[in-house]
Amino acid sequence: MCDTCGCGDPESLVTIRKPGENESIMDHNRGCDDHRHEEKHAEEATHCHCHEHEGEHGHGHNHHNDHHHDHDHQHQNHHGHEHPHEHLHDHDHDHDHDHAHSQGQSRTITLEQNVLLKNNLLAERNRGYFVAKNLFVLNLVSSPGSGKTTLLERTITDLKSDQMISVIEGDQQTLQDANRIDATGAPVVQINTGTGCHLDADMIQRAIKELNPPDGSLVCIENVGNLVCPALFDLGEAHKVVIISVTEGDDKPIKYPNMFAESDVCIINKIDLLPYVDFDVERCVTYARQVNRDLKFFQISAKTGDGLKDWYQWLKTEAGTSV
Amino acid sequence: MHEMSLALNIIELAEQAARDANATSITAIEIDVGEIAGVMLDALEFSLSVATRSTLAEEAKLTLHLIPGSAKCKDCGRTFHLSERWAVCPLCGGLSFDILAGKELTIKSIDIE
Ligand SMILES: Nc1nc2c(ncn2[C@@H]2O[C@H](COP(=O)(O)OP(=O)(O)O)[C@@H](O)[C@H]2O)c(=O)[nH]1
Ligand SMILES: [Mg+2]
Ligand SMILES: [Zn+2]
Repeated sequence: MCDTCGCGDPESLVTIRKPGENESIMDHNRGCDDHRHEEKHAEEATHCHCHEHEGEHGHGHNHHNDHHHDHDHQHQNHHGHEHPHEHLHDHDHDHDHDHAHSQGQSRTITLEQNVLLKNNLLAERNRGYFVAKNLFVLNLVSSPGSGKTTLLERTITDLKSDQMISVIEGDQQTLQDANRIDATGAPVVQINTGTGCHLDADMIQRAIKELNPPDGSLVCIENVGNLVCPALFDLGEAHKVVIISVTEGDDKPIKYPNMFAESDVCIINKIDLLPYVDFDVERCVTYARQVNRDLKFFQISAKTGDGLKDWYQWLKTEAGTSV
Repeated sequence: MHEMSLALNIIELAEQAARDANATSITAIEIDVGEIAGVMLDALEFSLSVATRSTLAEEAKLTLHLIPGSAKCKDCGRTFHLSERWAVCPLCGGLSFDILAGKELTIKSIDIE
């Protein structure tokens, strides 16, 4: 519990810990700063708009039941997302408070500031730290279950003799994935984001200090399973690596274009299952290239080991050159 | 949902600027959201209405401008509307283009008193 503000709902806190540690080690060491509040307030929005409920995005505002502001939402053209090109589309929230704003002199301040400025600055700070320590850092993103953890387990084990790898695991709850990495013998730190559906640069800054990887080594960050939100949050990594498995739709690159546009590498996993599914690798690659011409592809099975040689080669070359 | 993180960032930036200007309240916030910025307007609006609670911006009028995406084709040099991150040039079928607009995620201005 936080003494200052009482924002102590454990589910809403970001925690950072290592396997074997039950209590979170970094919970409140930052005191009751705004970050804590962010998590708390984010919790109030109990539903998430950003997971992959395809076709469920057409909601109005009326089911936000804990939204007890009496705003007079006047959404003209509320559903303009389907045809936004003809016009600039002002969503005016006319908050219908009859307050006497009038007596103070109102002034306009021009900001022109990127909303993600804070995260971007922290990410650049991380990047500087990684460069200073010669760390090669990858940010692995995918839908839940595409095989991020399995690929990491396999990669760590196969490269054990010549490449030191440590891992930052991101998940909303549980130490599950960290325990799986721990079993391979690699150093690992788990970030639990609570209700947050992506890692941000601040969490990585805290986790990397806890992980304290040796200079010149490779660090893999497994992001929260989600193809939407992590696309916006730079962590300071060298590359985003997006993983898609053949049990998913081969049109995912155009359904989640921002993630594929932000990534440098696309791993197509579970190719051992290709005979049993409709996934068309060529089509997937074509779609992905429409979003990102420079994307580099690996077709692998993290289970059978098929295709991993090229991936390992890429890792060694990249880690060697950029480190 | 990342819209909540964005909303909190927006309010934080707005409050910071308002405090720097010794303001006691924020009466309006204007935000540009690009059509292909990867942000859902509905979700951002809702998040902002939550994020403004108990802040200087509690009663601020929030205006979100959707900035249309536009791109310049590298093959034919013409400019076209880009409603998705992936597209082919509707004029020549070209696949590569430079994005001119649509990725904005900018807090434009605030009104304070
Ligand atoms: N058949 C097959 N299954 C796989 C492969 N890679 C991962 N899986 C399985 O997919 C499931 C999810 O994998 P996991 O690594 O936990 O996915 P994550 O959520 O992205 O970390 C597990 O049951 C894995 O055993 C693969 O290449 N082939
Ligand atoms: Mg996992
Ligand atoms: Zn063209």
